[in-house]
Amino acid sequence: MAMAALRREGRRFGPLVSSPSPINAIRSTLAPTEEQVGLGVRSISTQIVRNRMKSVKNIQKITKAMKMVAASKLRAIQVRAENSRGLWQPFTALLGDTPSVSVKKNVIVTISSDKGLCGGINSTSVKISRALYKVNAGPDTETKYVILGEKAKAQLIRDSKKDISLIMTELQKNFLNYTQVSVLADDILKNVEFDALRIVFNKFQSVVSFLPTTATVLSPEIVERESEAGGKIGSLDAYEIEGGETKSEVLQNLAEFQFSCVMFNAVLENACSEQGARMSAMDSSSRNAGDMLDRLTLTYNRTRQASITTELIEIISGASALTG
Amino acid sequence: MFRQVASRLLTRPTTTYSAAASATTRRPFATEVVADTTSGDEAFVEAWKKVVPNIDPPKTPSQYMHPRPPTPSTLPTKLTVNFVLPYASELSKKEVDMVIVPATTGQMGILPGHVPTIAELKPGLLSVHEGNEIKKYFISSGFAFIHPNSYADILAVEAVPLDRVDPAQVQKGLSEFTQKLSSATTDLEKAEAQIGVDVHSALNFALTG
Repeated sequence: MAMAALRREGRRFGPLVSSPSPINAIRSTLAPTEEQVGLGVRSISTQIVRNRMKSVKNIQKITKAMKMVAASKLRAIQVRAENSRGLWQPFTALLGDTPSVSVKKNVIVTISSDKGLCGGINSTSVKISRALYKVNAGPDTETKYVILGEKAKAQLIRDSKKDISLIMTELQKNFLNYTQVSVLADDILKNVEFDALRIVFNKFQSVVSFLPTTATVLSPEIVERESEAGGKIGSLDAYEIEGGETKSEVLQNLAEFQFSCVMFNAVLENACSEQGARMSAMDSSSRNAGDMLDRLTLTYNRTRQASITTELIEIISGASALTG
Repeated sequence: MFRQVASRLLTRPTTTYSAAASATTRRPFATEVVADTTSGDEAFVEAWKKVVPNIDPPKTPSQYMHPRPPTPSTLPTKLTVNFVLPYASELSKKEVDMVIVPATTGQMGILPGHVPTIAELKPGLLSVHEGNEIKKYFISSGFAFIHPNSYADILAVEAVPLDRVDPAQVQKGLSEFTQKLSSATTDLEKAEAQIGVDVHSALNFALTG
Protein backbone atom coordinates (compact mmCIF):
# COMPACT_ATOMS: atom_id res chain seq x y z
CA MET A 1 0.00 0.00 0.00
CA ALA A 2 2.79 2.29 0.92
CA MET A 3 4.33 1.62 -2.45
CA ALA A 4 1.19 2.53 -4.33
CA ALA A 5 0.89 5.76 -2.38
CA LEU A 6 4.49 6.54 -3.07
CA ARG A 7 4.06 5.87 -6.72
CA ARG A 8 1.07 8.18 -6.81
CA GLU A 9 2.96 10.93 -5.10
CA GLY A 10 5.94 10.29 -7.28
CA ARG A 11 3.90 10.61 -10.42
CA ARG A 12 2.49 13.90 -9.29
CA PHE A 13 5.89 15.29 -8.58
CA GLY A 14 7.77 13.25 -11.09
CA PRO A 15 9.52 16.15 -12.77
CA LEU A 16 10.59 17.47 -9.41
CA VAL A 17 12.13 14.22 -8.26
CA SER A 18 13.80 13.20 -11.49
CA SER A 19 15.28 16.58 -12.26
CA PRO A 20 19.05 16.60 -11.98
CA SER A 21 19.11 19.89 -10.09
CA PRO A 22 16.03 20.11 -7.90
CA ILE A 23 16.60 23.74 -6.99
CA ASN A 24 16.20 24.75 -10.63
CA ALA A 25 13.12 22.63 -10.82
CA ILE A 26 11.67 24.51 -7.93
CA ARG A 27 12.49 27.80 -9.57
CA SER A 28 11.10 26.78 -12.91
CA THR A 29 7.91 25.48 -11.39
CA LEU A 30 7.67 28.61 -9.34
CA ALA A 31 7.84 30.82 -12.40
CA PRO A 32 4.37 29.95 -13.65
CA THR A 33 3.11 30.65 -10.12
CA GLU A 34 4.13 34.20 -10.49
CA GLU A 35 2.45 34.35 -13.84
CA GLN A 36 -0.70 32.91 -12.38
CA VAL A 37 -0.87 35.78 -9.97
CA GLY A 38 -3.02 38.36 -11.72
CA LEU A 39 -1.81 41.84 -12.51
CA GLY A 40 -3.90 43.55 -9.89
CA VAL A 41 -3.02 41.15 -7.08
CA ARG A 42 -0.36 42.53 -4.82
CA SER A 43 0.95 39.65 -2.71
CA ILE A 44 2.67 36.51 -3.98
CA SER A 45 0.81 33.33 -3.00
CA THR A 46 2.81 30.87 -0.89
CA GLN A 47 0.12 28.23 -1.21
CA ILE A 48 1.85 26.22 -3.92
CA VAL A 49 5.17 25.98 -2.12
CA ARG A 50 3.31 25.00 1.03
CA ASN A 51 1.51 22.23 -0.82
CA ARG A 52 4.73 20.92 -2.22
CA MET A 53 6.36 20.95 1.16
CA LYS A 54 3.50 18.94 2.54
CA SER A 55 3.79 16.31 -0.16
CA VAL A 56 7.57 16.06 0.15
CA LYS A 57 7.06 15.55 3.86
CA ASN A 58 4.60 12.77 3.11
CA ILE A 59 6.99 11.10 0.72
CA GLN A 60 9.67 11.27 3.36
CA LYS A 61 7.38 9.62 5.86
CA ILE A 62 6.61 6.82 3.44
CA THR A 63 10.22 6.19 2.52
CA LYS A 64 11.19 6.18 6.17
CA ALA A 65 8.49 3.63 6.92
CA MET A 66 9.58 1.50 3.99
CA LYS A 67 13.14 1.60 5.25
CA MET A 68 11.99 0.37 8.63
CA VAL A 69 9.99 -2.43 7.06
CA ALA A 70 12.91 -3.45 4.86
CA ALA A 71 15.25 -3.41 7.85
CA SER A 72 13.07 -5.72 9.89
CA LYS A 73 12.51 -8.07 6.96
CA LEU A 74 16.22 -8.07 6.25
CA ARG A 75 17.05 -9.15 9.76
CA ALA A 76 14.73 -12.13 9.51
CA ILE A 77 15.91 -13.26 6.11
CA GLN A 78 19.60 -12.62 6.65
CA VAL A 79 19.79 -15.30 9.32
CA ARG A 80 18.12 -17.79 7.02
CA ALA A 81 20.33 -16.91 4.07
CA GLU A 82 23.45 -17.32 6.16
CA ASN A 83 22.22 -20.63 7.52
CA SER A 84 21.56 -21.93 4.02
CA ARG A 85 25.10 -21.21 2.88
CA GLY A 86 26.33 -24.61 3.99
CA LEU A 87 23.94 -26.33 1.63
CA TRP A 88 25.63 -25.78 -1.72
CA GLN A 89 29.22 -26.16 -0.56
CA PRO A 90 29.36 -29.97 -0.62
CA PHE A 91 28.22 -29.91 -4.25
CA THR A 92 30.91 -27.46 -5.24
CA ALA A 93 33.44 -29.60 -3.40
CA LEU A 94 32.26 -32.71 -5.23
CA LEU A 95 31.31 -31.53 -8.70
CA GLY A 96 33.49 -28.46 -8.90
CA ASP A 97 32.56 -25.12 -10.31
CA THR A 98 32.17 -25.11 -14.06
CA PRO A 99 31.00 -21.79 -15.45
CA SER A 100 33.14 -22.26 -18.55
CA VAL A 101 31.64 -25.58 -19.65
CA SER A 102 30.39 -25.46 -23.23
CA VAL A 103 27.19 -27.35 -23.89
CA LYS A 104 24.42 -27.25 -26.45
CA LYS A 105 21.40 -26.33 -24.36
CA ASN A 106 22.06 -23.57 -21.91
CA VAL A 107 19.34 -22.37 -19.59
CA ILE A 108 19.86 -19.13 -17.73
CA VAL A 109 17.82 -18.94 -14.55
CA THR A 110 17.50 -15.27 -13.68
CA ILE A 111 16.42 -14.58 -10.14
CA SER A 112 14.95 -11.19 -9.41
CA SER A 113 12.44 -9.59 -7.09
CA ASP A 114 8.74 -9.01 -7.58
CA LYS A 115 8.73 -5.51 -6.24
CA GLY A 116 10.76 -2.52 -7.26
CA LEU A 117 12.28 0.36 -5.32
CA CYS A 118 15.26 -1.72 -4.41
CA GLY A 119 18.17 -0.07 -6.16
CA GLY A 120 19.95 -1.84 -8.97
CA ILE A 121 19.76 -5.49 -8.02
CA ASN A 122 17.24 -6.48 -10.66
CA SER A 123 18.90 -4.64 -13.50
CA THR A 124 22.22 -6.12 -12.41
CA SER A 125 20.95 -9.67 -12.63
CA VAL A 126 19.29 -8.92 -15.98
CA LYS A 127 22.51 -7.40 -17.30
CA ILE A 128 24.53 -10.38 -16.16
CA SER A 129 21.99 -12.76 -17.71
CA ARG A 130 22.12 -10.96 -21.05
CA ALA A 131 25.90 -11.04 -20.97
CA LEU A 132 25.87 -14.75 -20.13
CA TYR A 133 23.57 -15.26 -23.07
CA LYS A 134 26.11 -13.55 -25.29
CA VAL A 135 29.02 -15.46 -23.82
CA ASN A 136 27.32 -18.78 -24.49
CA ALA A 137 25.97 -17.86 -27.91
CA GLY A 138 27.31 -19.94 -30.77
CA PRO A 139 26.23 -21.47 -34.06
CA ASP A 140 25.08 -24.80 -32.63
CA THR A 141 24.09 -23.76 -29.15
CA GLU A 142 20.73 -22.75 -27.88
CA THR A 143 20.15 -20.56 -24.86
CA LYS A 144 16.88 -20.04 -23.04
CA TYR A 145 15.82 -17.96 -20.09
CA VAL A 146 13.88 -19.07 -17.05
CA ILE A 147 12.75 -16.03 -15.13
CA LEU A 148 11.87 -15.79 -11.47
CA GLY A 149 10.33 -12.53 -10.39
CA GLU A 150 8.27 -9.78 -11.93
CA LYS A 151 11.07 -7.27 -12.46
CA ALA A 152 13.39 -9.37 -14.61
CA LYS A 153 10.37 -10.45 -16.61
CA ALA A 154 9.48 -6.84 -17.39
CA GLN A 155 13.00 -6.14 -18.58
CA LEU A 156 13.72 -9.33 -20.50
CA ILE A 157 10.36 -9.71 -22.19
CA ARG A 158 11.01 -6.60 -24.26
CA ASP A 159 13.89 -7.84 -26.37
CA SER A 160 14.19 -11.59 -25.80
CA LYS A 161 10.64 -12.76 -25.65
CA LYS A 162 11.26 -15.71 -27.95
CA ASP A 163 14.02 -17.07 -25.74
CA ILE A 164 12.01 -17.17 -22.56
CA SER A 165 10.81 -20.65 -21.78
CA LEU A 166 9.39 -20.24 -18.29
CA ILE A 167 8.33 -17.36 -16.07
CA MET A 168 7.57 -17.66 -12.39
CA THR A 169 6.45 -14.76 -10.27
CA GLU A 170 5.15 -14.01 -6.79
CA LEU A 171 7.87 -16.06 -5.24
CA GLN A 172 7.88 -14.24 -1.95
CA LYS A 173 4.16 -14.17 -1.43
CA ASN A 174 4.51 -17.23 0.72
CA PHE A 175 7.20 -17.86 3.25
CA LEU A 176 10.31 -19.02 1.42
CA ASN A 177 11.19 -22.51 2.54
CA TYR A 178 12.96 -25.48 1.10
CA THR A 179 9.77 -27.29 0.16
CA GLN A 180 8.50 -24.37 -1.86
CA VAL A 181 11.78 -23.89 -3.64
CA SER A 182 12.11 -27.56 -4.45
CA VAL A 183 8.64 -27.50 -6.00
CA LEU A 184 9.81 -24.58 -8.13
CA ALA A 185 12.99 -26.41 -9.03
CA ASP A 186 10.96 -29.46 -9.94
CA ASP A 187 8.79 -27.35 -12.23
CA ILE A 188 11.85 -26.05 -14.00
CA LEU A 189 13.39 -29.50 -14.33
CA LYS A 190 10.20 -30.92 -15.77
CA ASN A 191 9.42 -28.18 -18.25
CA VAL A 192 12.80 -27.13 -19.51
CA GLU A 193 15.33 -29.18 -21.42
CA PHE A 194 18.84 -28.34 -20.40
CA ASP A 195 22.45 -29.39 -20.47
CA ALA A 196 23.57 -26.70 -18.10
CA LEU A 197 21.57 -24.47 -15.82
CA ARG A 198 23.19 -21.17 -15.04
CA ILE A 199 21.61 -19.51 -12.06
CA VAL A 200 22.10 -15.77 -11.83
CA PHE A 201 21.47 -14.09 -8.51
CA ASN A 202 22.79 -11.43 -6.18
CA LYS A 203 24.69 -12.79 -3.26
CA PHE A 204 24.26 -10.81 -0.10
CA GLN A 205 27.46 -9.40 1.30
CA SER A 206 26.36 -6.48 3.39
CA VAL A 207 23.46 -4.06 3.46
CA VAL A 208 25.08 -1.82 0.90
CA SER A 209 26.84 -4.38 -1.26
CA PHE A 210 25.79 -7.48 -3.11
CA LEU A 211 27.78 -9.61 -5.52
CA PRO A 212 26.29 -10.73 -8.82
CA THR A 213 26.95 -14.45 -8.95
CA THR A 214 26.39 -17.28 -11.35
CA ALA A 215 26.17 -20.88 -10.20
CA THR A 216 26.27 -23.70 -12.72
CA VAL A 217 24.34 -26.95 -12.45
CA LEU A 218 25.05 -29.59 -15.07
CA SER A 219 22.70 -32.26 -16.27
CA PRO A 220 23.63 -35.85 -15.35
CA GLU A 221 24.70 -36.67 -18.91
CA ILE A 222 27.05 -33.72 -19.01
CA VAL A 223 28.42 -34.60 -15.59
CA GLU A 224 29.21 -38.07 -16.87
CA ARG A 225 30.72 -36.73 -20.08
CA GLU A 226 32.88 -34.20 -18.26
CA SER A 227 34.05 -36.65 -15.64
CA GLU A 228 35.07 -39.09 -18.34
CA ALA A 229 36.85 -36.35 -20.25
CA GLY A 230 38.78 -35.40 -17.13
CA GLY A 231 39.29 -31.73 -16.41
CA LYS A 232 37.66 -30.03 -13.52
CA ILE A 233 35.32 -32.76 -12.37
CA GLY A 234 37.54 -35.59 -13.52
CA SER A 235 37.99 -36.74 -9.94
CA LEU A 236 34.35 -37.81 -9.85
CA ASP A 237 35.35 -41.11 -11.44
CA ALA A 238 37.29 -42.00 -8.31
CA TYR A 239 34.11 -42.00 -6.24
CA GLU A 240 32.24 -45.17 -5.50
CA ILE A 241 28.52 -44.84 -5.90
CA GLU A 242 26.19 -46.44 -3.37
CA GLY A 243 22.48 -46.81 -3.82
CA GLY A 244 20.32 -46.81 -6.91
CA GLU A 245 20.35 -49.32 -9.73
CA THR A 246 22.82 -47.60 -11.97
CA LYS A 247 25.32 -44.81 -11.81
CA SER A 248 23.26 -42.59 -14.07
CA GLU A 249 20.24 -42.94 -11.82
CA VAL A 250 22.19 -41.73 -8.82
CA LEU A 251 23.69 -38.91 -10.86
CA GLN A 252 20.21 -37.91 -11.95
CA ASN A 253 19.04 -37.74 -8.34
CA LEU A 254 22.19 -35.92 -7.41
CA ALA A 255 21.75 -33.29 -10.12
CA GLU A 256 18.15 -32.68 -9.12
CA PHE A 257 19.04 -32.40 -5.47
CA GLN A 258 21.92 -30.10 -6.34
CA PHE A 259 19.67 -27.84 -8.35
CA SER A 260 17.11 -27.53 -5.58
CA CYS A 261 19.80 -26.83 -2.99
CA VAL A 262 21.58 -24.25 -5.11
CA MET A 263 18.26 -22.64 -6.00
CA PHE A 264 17.24 -22.50 -2.37
CA ASN A 265 20.37 -20.67 -1.40
CA ALA A 266 20.18 -18.41 -4.47
CA VAL A 267 16.59 -17.40 -3.83
CA LEU A 268 17.32 -16.61 -0.19
CA GLU A 269 20.46 -14.67 -1.01
CA ASN A 270 18.61 -12.68 -3.62
CA ALA A 271 15.72 -11.92 -1.28
CA CYS A 272 18.23 -10.82 1.30
CA SER A 273 20.05 -8.56 -1.16
CA GLU A 274 16.70 -7.15 -2.21
CA GLN A 275 15.82 -6.08 1.30
CA GLY A 276 19.28 -4.69 1.86
CA ALA A 277 19.19 -2.75 -1.38
CA ARG A 278 15.71 -1.48 -0.61
CA MET A 279 16.83 -0.37 2.80
CA SER A 280 19.72 1.66 1.44
CA ALA A 281 17.62 3.03 -1.44
CA MET A 282 14.91 4.16 0.94
CA ASP A 283 17.47 5.60 3.30
CA SER A 284 18.98 7.74 0.57
CA SER A 285 15.57 8.81 -0.69
CA SER A 286 14.48 9.91 2.79
CA ARG A 287 17.67 11.89 3.03
CA ASN A 288 17.02 13.37 -0.38
CA ALA A 289 13.50 14.31 0.62
CA GLY A 290 14.94 16.03 3.69
CA ASP A 291 17.31 18.05 1.51
CA MET A 292 14.50 18.98 -0.79
CA LEU A 293 12.39 20.04 2.15
CA ASP A 294 15.18 22.29 3.38
CA ARG A 295 15.43 23.99 0.02
CA LEU A 296 11.67 24.40 -0.22
CA THR A 297 11.53 25.88 3.27
CA LEU A 298 14.17 28.37 2.23
CA THR A 299 12.19 29.35 -0.85
CA TYR A 300 9.02 29.56 1.18
CA ASN A 301 10.55 31.81 3.82
CA ARG A 302 12.16 34.01 1.21
CA THR A 303 8.85 34.49 -0.58
CA ARG A 304 7.06 35.17 2.66
CA GLN A 305 9.65 37.68 3.70
CA ALA A 306 9.53 39.40 0.31
CA SER A 307 5.79 39.83 0.58
CA ILE A 308 6.12 41.24 4.09
CA THR A 309 8.75 43.68 2.90
CA THR A 310 6.53 44.77 0.03
CA GLU A 311 3.65 45.35 2.39
CA LEU A 312 5.83 47.33 4.78
CA ILE A 313 7.14 49.52 1.97
CA GLU A 314 3.60 50.17 0.85
CA ILE A 315 2.46 51.11 4.31
CA ILE A 316 5.44 53.32 5.00
CA SER A 317 5.33 55.05 1.66
CA GLY A 318 1.58 55.59 2.05
CA ALA A 319 2.11 57.09 5.49
CA SER A 320 4.93 59.30 4.32
CA ALA A 321 2.82 60.48 1.39
CA LEU A 322 0.13 61.57 3.85
CA THR A 323 2.49 63.41 6.17
CA GLY A 324 4.51 64.96 3.36
CA MET B 1 40.91 -5.33 -8.16
CA PHE B 2 41.76 -3.32 -5.08
CA ARG B 3 44.26 -5.86 -4.03
CA GLN B 4 46.09 -5.49 -7.32
CA VAL B 5 46.11 -1.74 -6.99
CA ALA B 6 47.28 -2.10 -3.43
CA SER B 7 50.11 -4.42 -4.39
CA ARG B 8 51.13 -2.05 -7.15
CA LEU B 9 51.19 0.83 -4.76
CA LEU B 10 52.99 -1.20 -2.18
CA THR B 11 55.85 -2.13 -4.47
CA ARG B 12 57.21 1.38 -4.09
CA PRO B 13 60.31 1.07 -1.98
CA THR B 14 59.16 2.79 1.16
CA THR B 15 60.60 1.27 4.29
CA THR B 16 57.35 1.00 6.19
CA TYR B 17 55.48 -0.81 3.47
CA SER B 18 58.19 -3.06 2.13
CA ALA B 19 57.38 -5.81 4.62
CA ALA B 20 53.74 -5.86 3.60
CA ALA B 21 54.71 -5.75 -0.08
CA SER B 22 56.98 -8.72 0.20
CA ALA B 23 54.21 -10.58 2.04
CA THR B 24 51.78 -10.00 -0.80
CA THR B 25 54.25 -11.02 -3.47
CA ARG B 26 55.37 -14.06 -1.57
CA ARG B 27 51.91 -15.49 -1.20
CA PRO B 28 51.80 -17.51 -4.44
CA PHE B 29 54.78 -19.53 -3.32
CA ALA B 30 53.44 -20.38 0.10
CA THR B 31 52.88 -24.07 0.67
CA GLU B 32 49.33 -23.64 1.88
CA VAL B 33 46.71 -23.82 -0.84
CA VAL B 34 44.85 -20.54 -0.77
CA ALA B 35 41.62 -20.21 -2.68
CA ASP B 36 42.00 -17.49 -5.25
CA THR B 37 39.29 -15.08 -4.28
CA THR B 38 39.93 -12.63 -7.07
CA SER B 39 39.77 -14.48 -10.35
CA GLY B 40 37.73 -17.70 -10.25
CA ASP B 41 37.43 -19.80 -13.38
CA GLU B 42 40.04 -18.38 -15.74
CA ALA B 43 38.59 -19.68 -19.00
CA PHE B 44 35.23 -18.27 -18.05
CA VAL B 45 36.63 -14.86 -17.12
CA GLU B 46 38.57 -14.74 -20.37
CA ALA B 47 35.54 -15.63 -22.48
CA TRP B 48 33.52 -13.09 -20.56
CA LYS B 49 36.05 -10.29 -21.05
CA LYS B 50 36.11 -10.99 -24.76
CA VAL B 51 32.35 -10.67 -25.21
CA VAL B 52 31.38 -8.15 -22.56
CA PRO B 53 34.40 -6.10 -21.63
CA ASN B 54 32.47 -3.36 -19.86
CA ILE B 55 30.86 -5.50 -17.16
CA ASP B 56 32.84 -7.28 -14.47
CA PRO B 57 32.39 -11.04 -14.68
CA PRO B 58 30.04 -12.43 -12.04
CA LYS B 59 31.40 -14.34 -9.11
CA THR B 60 31.12 -18.11 -9.04
CA PRO B 61 30.43 -20.30 -5.99
CA SER B 62 34.00 -21.58 -5.74
CA GLN B 63 35.13 -18.06 -4.90
CA TYR B 64 33.09 -18.17 -1.72
CA MET B 65 34.25 -21.61 -0.64
CA HIS B 66 36.67 -22.15 2.16
CA PRO B 67 39.56 -24.07 0.64
CA ARG B 68 39.74 -27.72 1.57
CA PRO B 69 43.01 -29.42 2.30
CA PRO B 70 44.56 -31.74 -0.29
CA THR B 71 44.53 -35.50 0.20
CA PRO B 72 47.08 -36.33 2.88
CA SER B 73 49.65 -39.03 2.20
CA THR B 74 49.19 -40.67 5.58
CA LEU B 75 45.96 -41.92 7.06
CA PRO B 76 44.36 -39.15 9.14
CA THR B 77 43.12 -40.01 12.60
CA LYS B 78 39.98 -37.92 12.49
CA LEU B 79 37.11 -37.54 10.09
CA THR B 80 35.98 -34.00 9.30
CA VAL B 81 32.22 -33.86 9.02
CA ASN B 82 29.94 -31.22 7.57
CA PHE B 83 26.32 -32.01 8.28
CA VAL B 84 24.03 -29.47 6.64
CA LEU B 85 20.30 -28.89 6.43
CA PRO B 86 18.51 -26.26 4.37
CA TYR B 87 17.92 -24.12 7.43
CA ALA B 88 21.03 -24.79 9.46
CA SER B 89 24.51 -26.22 9.51
CA GLU B 90 24.25 -28.84 12.25
CA LEU B 91 27.92 -29.74 12.18
CA SER B 92 30.51 -27.65 10.47
CA LYS B 93 34.04 -28.96 10.00
CA LYS B 94 33.70 -31.02 13.13
CA GLU B 95 36.39 -33.60 13.72
CA VAL B 96 34.93 -36.90 14.83
CA ASP B 97 35.96 -40.55 14.99
CA MET B 98 33.18 -42.12 13.00
CA VAL B 99 29.77 -41.48 11.52
CA ILE B 100 27.17 -44.05 10.56
CA VAL B 101 24.83 -42.97 7.78
CA PRO B 102 21.62 -44.65 6.60
CA ALA B 103 22.50 -45.34 2.96
CA THR B 104 19.87 -46.89 0.72
CA THR B 105 22.02 -50.03 0.63
CA GLY B 106 22.10 -50.26 4.43
CA GLN B 107 23.73 -48.56 7.38
CA MET B 108 27.20 -47.44 6.38
CA GLY B 109 29.98 -46.66 8.82
CA ILE B 110 32.49 -44.02 7.76
CA LEU B 111 35.94 -43.94 9.33
CA PRO B 112 38.85 -41.67 8.48
CA GLY B 113 40.43 -42.68 5.18
CA HIS B 114 37.22 -44.16 3.76
CA VAL B 115 37.10 -44.72 0.00
CA PRO B 116 35.61 -41.70 -1.79
CA THR B 117 31.91 -42.44 -2.07
CA ILE B 118 28.65 -40.86 -3.09
CA ALA B 119 25.77 -42.40 -1.16
CA GLU B 120 22.08 -41.78 -1.35
CA LEU B 121 20.42 -41.75 2.04
CA LYS B 122 17.07 -43.09 3.12
CA PRO B 123 15.06 -42.17 6.22
CA GLY B 124 17.02 -43.52 9.15
CA LEU B 125 19.43 -43.04 11.94
CA LEU B 126 22.57 -40.96 11.59
CA SER B 127 24.98 -41.34 14.46
CA VAL B 128 28.08 -39.29 15.05
CA HIS B 129 30.72 -40.92 17.25
CA GLU B 130 33.16 -38.67 18.99
CA GLY B 131 35.22 -40.40 21.66
CA ASN B 132 32.68 -41.99 23.96
CA GLU B 133 30.01 -39.53 22.99
CA ILE B 134 27.43 -40.59 20.44
CA LYS B 135 25.05 -38.09 18.92
CA LYS B 136 22.03 -39.53 17.15
CA TYR B 137 19.90 -37.80 14.57
CA PHE B 138 16.97 -39.05 12.58
CA ILE B 139 17.23 -37.80 9.02
CA SER B 140 14.56 -37.88 6.34
CA SER B 141 16.64 -38.33 3.19
CA GLY B 142 19.55 -36.83 1.38
CA PHE B 143 23.05 -37.53 0.20
CA ALA B 144 26.41 -38.22 1.75
CA PHE B 145 29.70 -37.49 0.01
CA ILE B 146 32.93 -38.89 1.31
CA HIS B 147 35.94 -37.15 -0.14
CA PRO B 148 39.43 -38.65 -0.41
CA ASN B 149 40.79 -36.10 2.09
CA SER B 150 38.67 -37.63 4.88
CA TYR B 151 36.00 -34.98 4.59
CA ALA B 152 32.45 -36.22 4.80
CA ASP B 153 29.58 -34.02 3.68
CA ILE B 154 26.16 -35.13 4.78
CA LEU B 155 23.18 -33.30 3.31
CA ALA B 156 19.72 -33.94 4.60
CA VAL B 157 16.39 -32.32 3.91
CA GLU B 158 15.25 -32.63 7.49
CA ALA B 159 16.89 -33.91 10.64
CA VAL B 160 16.07 -34.01 14.33
CA PRO B 161 18.07 -35.19 17.30
CA LEU B 162 16.60 -38.54 18.25
CA ASP B 163 15.88 -37.60 21.85
CA ARG B 164 13.38 -35.01 20.68
CA VAL B 165 11.17 -37.59 19.03
CA ASP B 166 8.07 -38.69 20.92
CA PRO B 167 7.67 -42.51 20.68
CA ALA B 168 3.93 -42.37 21.31
CA GLN B 169 3.43 -40.00 18.39
CA VAL B 170 5.50 -42.28 16.19
CA GLN B 171 3.35 -45.29 17.06
CA LYS B 172 0.22 -43.27 16.39
CA GLY B 173 1.51 -41.99 13.05
CA LEU B 174 2.57 -45.47 12.04
CA SER B 175 -0.84 -46.97 12.66
CA GLU B 176 -2.49 -44.00 10.94
CA PHE B 177 -0.44 -44.37 7.79
CA THR B 178 -0.83 -48.16 7.77
CA GLN B 179 -4.56 -47.63 7.81
CA LYS B 180 -4.31 -45.05 5.05
CA LEU B 181 -2.22 -47.42 2.95
CA SER B 182 -4.84 -50.15 3.15
CA SER B 183 -7.66 -47.77 2.29
CA ALA B 184 -5.81 -45.85 -0.45
CA THR B 185 -7.41 -46.01 -3.88
CA THR B 186 -5.37 -43.83 -6.22
CA ASP B 187 -1.69 -44.23 -6.99
CA LEU B 188 -0.87 -40.86 -5.47
CA GLU B 189 -2.59 -41.69 -2.18
CA LYS B 190 -0.86 -45.02 -2.10
CA ALA B 191 2.54 -43.47 -2.68
CA GLU B 192 1.95 -40.84 0.01
CA ALA B 193 0.83 -43.45 2.51
CA GLN B 194 3.79 -45.68 1.61
CA ILE B 195 6.20 -42.83 2.30
CA GLY B 196 4.48 -42.20 5.63
CA VAL B 197 4.73 -45.85 6.60
CA ASP B 198 8.39 -46.04 5.56
CA VAL B 199 9.36 -42.94 7.53
CA HIS B 200 7.45 -43.94 10.61
CA SER B 201 8.68 -47.51 10.65
CA ALA B 202 12.24 -46.25 10.22
CA LEU B 203 11.68 -43.85 13.11
CA ASN B 204 10.22 -46.65 15.17
CA PHE B 205 13.16 -48.89 14.37
CA ALA B 206 15.61 -46.11 15.26
CA LEU B 207 13.90 -45.55 18.60
CA THR B 208 13.57 -49.19 19.61
CA GLY B 209 16.57 -50.78 17.88
